[in-house]
Amino acid sequence: MSDVKRHKREVRNYLVGFGLAVLLTIIPFAITAAGGLSRTWFDLAILLAAVVQVLVHLRYFLHIDLRHTPRENLLALGFTGVLMVLMIGGTLWIMGNLTARMMGT
Amino acid sequence: MSEVDAKTLEESEERAYGFWLFLMSDAILFSLLFATYAIMVTATDNGPDRTEIFGYWRTAANTALLLSSSLTMGLASIAICETRKSASFQWIFVTMILALAFLVLEIQEFAGLIAQGAGPDRSGFLSAYFTLVGTHGAHVIVGLIWMAVLCLHLALRPIGPEIQSITERLTMFWHLVGIVWIGIYSLVYLPGLYQ
Repeated sequence: MSDVKRHKREVRNYLVGFGLAVLLTIIPFAITAAGGLSRTWFDLAILLAAVVQVLVHLRYFLHIDLRHTPRENLLALGFTGVLMVLMIGGTLWIMGNLTARMMGT
Repeated sequence: MSEVDAKTLEESEERAYGFWLFLMSDAILFSLLFATYAIMVTATDNGPDRTEIFGYWRTAANTALLLSSSLTMGLASIAICETRKSASFQWIFVTMILALAFLVLEIQEFAGLIAQGAGPDRSGFLSAYFTLVGTHGAHVIVGLIWMAVLCLHLALRPIGPEIQSITERLTMFWHLVGIVWIGIYSLVYLPGLYQ
């Protein structure tokens, strides 16, 4: 591939990622400004937009690619994800349970 | 590829992998700060709660600044990869301005909160908030210093594998800082601003 072609592809990659990221940022800010959703639906919508935006950043900015990224990097990323779920989930579970017992609610 | 080039390439790949592991541990650190914040968010001790202290437009401006800086950092890394020096300087300079503007807004916000008696010592909620957002801000400061050092490298030497390898790690670092901010505006600011 010629240098010019590669340059164009790399820049386009960043611009596509940026466009998607802007869209995925505007959605939660617009939902917040508009109001009207119940708390549960609001939380779900914001969380979903955030997760998708993180994936967009990983794919287009950090160039994580299931085929081309070295396996050990993917392994570290996956393990980090597992640790996060365990630690955030575990913290919320245990502390929530403790609060419920102490408040008697 | 000559033997020297192959060795440099291998070394730079090893460094990138080591740095990736550091970034993953950094991400775990932030996830624990997020968990702490989630637990502490109701612990307001009759002080201000999350619906009272955040500004919508300040959050939007900070988000826009950091997101744009992710793009300009990426363009800087492409320019450095292609050994185009003036474009490299230009994009790193823009990235630094955006990061600096972000920091100014954040320091203003922190100073305003402390002045109105909503400092980190006011309640568990505010301690957790300042720790989480402050740790992210500290990462932005580190990134800024790193960019300044990279500018020095660029000014003093021709662009070679060494500078490209530094740039690769700086870019990874900066994108992680951007990803953490997605969590901060989604889980801290917007839920507080939603009425």
